Amino acid sequence: MELVCPAGNLPSLKAAVDNGANAVYIGFKDETNARHFAGLNFNEKSAQAGLTYAKDRGVKVFAAINTYAQGGDFIKWQNAVDLAADLSIDALILADIGVMDYACDKHPDLRLHLSVQASATNPESLAFYLRNFNIQRAVLPRVLSIKQVEQVLQATSVPIEVFGFGSLCVMVEGRCLLSSYATGMSPNTFGACSPASAVQWQEKPNDILETRLNHVLIDRFEKGEKAGYPTLCKGRFEVNKNTYYALEEPTSLNTLSILPGLFNMGVAAIKVEGRQRSPAYVAQVTSIMRQAIDAAQSNRENFQTKAEWMGELQKVSEGSQTTLGAYHRPWQ
Amino acid sequence: MMNKQINSNTKPKLSVGPIQYFWPKAKVIAFYQQVAESAIDIVYLGEVVCSKRLEMKFEDWLEIGRQLTAKGKSVVLSSMTLIEAGSELSRMRRVCEQEEFCVEANDFGAIEILSQKNKNFITGASINIYNERSLELLSQQGMTRWNLSVELGKDQLAKLHQHRPNGVETEVLVWGRLPLAYAARCFTARAHNLPKDQCQFKCIEDPDGLVMKTREQQDFLCLNGIQTQSALTCNLLPELEVMKTLNVDVLRISPQSEHTFEVIEAFAQALSAPENIEHLNSKQQQHAPSGLCDGYWFGQSGMDLHQANSQSIRL
Repeated sequence: MELVCPAGNLPSLKAAVDNGANAVYIGFKDETNARHFAGLNFNEKSAQAGLTYAKDRGVKVFAAINTYAQGGDFIKWQNAVDLAADLSIDALILADIGVMDYACDKHPDLRLHLSVQASATNPESLAFYLRNFNIQRAVLPRVLSIKQVEQVLQATSVPIEVFGFGSLCVMVEGRCLLSSYATGMSPNTFGACSPASAVQWQEKPNDILETRLNHVLIDRFEKGEKAGYPTLCKGRFEVNKNTYYALEEPTSLNTLSILPGLFNMGVAAIKVEGRQRSPAYVAQVTSIMRQAIDAAQSNRENFQTKAEWMGELQKVSEGSQTTLGAYHRPWQ
Repeated sequence: MMNKQINSNTKPKLSVGPIQYFWPKAKVIAFYQQVAESAIDIVYLGEVVCSKRLEMKFEDWLEIGRQLTAKGKSVVLSSMTLIEAGSELSRMRRVCEQEEFCVEANDFGAIEILSQKNKNFITGASINIYNERSLELLSQQGMTRWNLSVELGKDQLAKLHQHRPNGVETEVLVWGRLPLAYAARCFTARAHNLPKDQCQFKCIEDPDGLVMKTREQQDFLCLNGIQTQSALTCNLLPELEVMKTLNVDVLRISPQSEHTFEVIEAFAQALSAPENIEHLNSKQQQHAPSGLCDGYWFGQSGMDLHQANSQSIRL
């Protein structure tokens, strides 16, 4: 089972490689990838340096070109694919059928992975991408229960990658427009959810802090409450006169406890989310995931998560809490 | 195949999209009896949100389809949007494999089944088509009509239409709460503190969904089971002339529990007598449960209201 780790810059890439990743995924410095954040991502020179560093140590590098090419602007996505091909990237992670079509036409030998942003949750959908673009792997959206993941694995010949740790999308990826509804920018169109340019932090009397997204109140923190980034689906709203986390709490996905199960059912790779996070986060999470995967693989019957792993992962989680998310049916 | 360039003087057709909410069977039947007598040309039928909603069985939808066909309506069966369980996969296959009606694919799985059977199909707004190359590729697979993603606007549509393949019609949602997201989790059950597997079908109590307000009492989103919608209703009535110029073929109205037929009538009248659009539009606000929006069409935030009466922008 391959461990695939995020890198938003060269120090993170090195941290992933040094701490036991089998593959690192990166994006280029524009809206062709779903972490289109200021100061993040790679240009040709830094990508080349990262590739050299990783390959010298037997680690693969994937390029995420996983937003949707916007009409009339296709050339940007085309250039990103060409750049990845020129760099001899090990695989492209793509979401848009137009971009996949271009990659197949122009670079037939490139290895293509289906991004989670393509939103493929079922074997028929995977068959579409296999037939048309010969995808070599697919990342499943974080909406399936563990049993449903197994059913997909049994019904498809496409090797499957699943999310193992990191920020949790509540909505099926690639079909969530909440961010553009509030801000005009979405993962599909712009490569960012709840983008920083739309965020307002407002201090109010009595030490109250309000977080807004394009003026929409996402959350309000009383004195002593820990304030978090206003990701739209993780705010507190009012439904039927109750105020609560109506969609989801600020929390991160953590699958350590189900690793042997994922391994047994034939999952090809485990992905860590977080290209926007620091090199320290990447180092910490990669190291723990490496230890846990190795332990699960060598002793599937008696694998147990270590309290210290869970504790360390909790520290780097949103809201300092973790969940199994949709893998665990009661969460749904 | 007809050429779009010489088709610019024909009026766009009106469609009614699939019912997004969970309504009792009697209400569904009454609704389509009224649709049968309305100005609607195309009717999309079927459950697209949650497979646990079983007031209407597959055969019930087929029967309604036959009745509407007899009344001269063009009928399309819509497939489910988010496919998770094996039973949902079976249901999607059943919709795609029936031979009686054309199918609206709302997941790439449905596109795969339909194209492998060499059946033409329509794509719903949740099929991601953002560029000319995607449009061309799906046209080659058998797509004869596509719905513009609700987050795209007229400038993007104009760019895509520069390369629209022959024989492909374009449909745009012109009225309704916007479908914005789908999840494994049922937010209606969560609002009632119930797990999804014991949801008690609570969403049948909310025929237009359950409004989620900000803590400043702004109607922001609308919870509809596993689907999240905008609370505001998208209204593009004032843009009908622009739609004609852009050669939009079909205008979609999304059903709501009340006033759907006043809205259909307003669009039908506006198409016949464009000089009345301003007057007709002045009544649209009262047909929307939480107010209006149209921002996506103008390349802005979806919740914005760009129309002349923009003093009612809800911020």
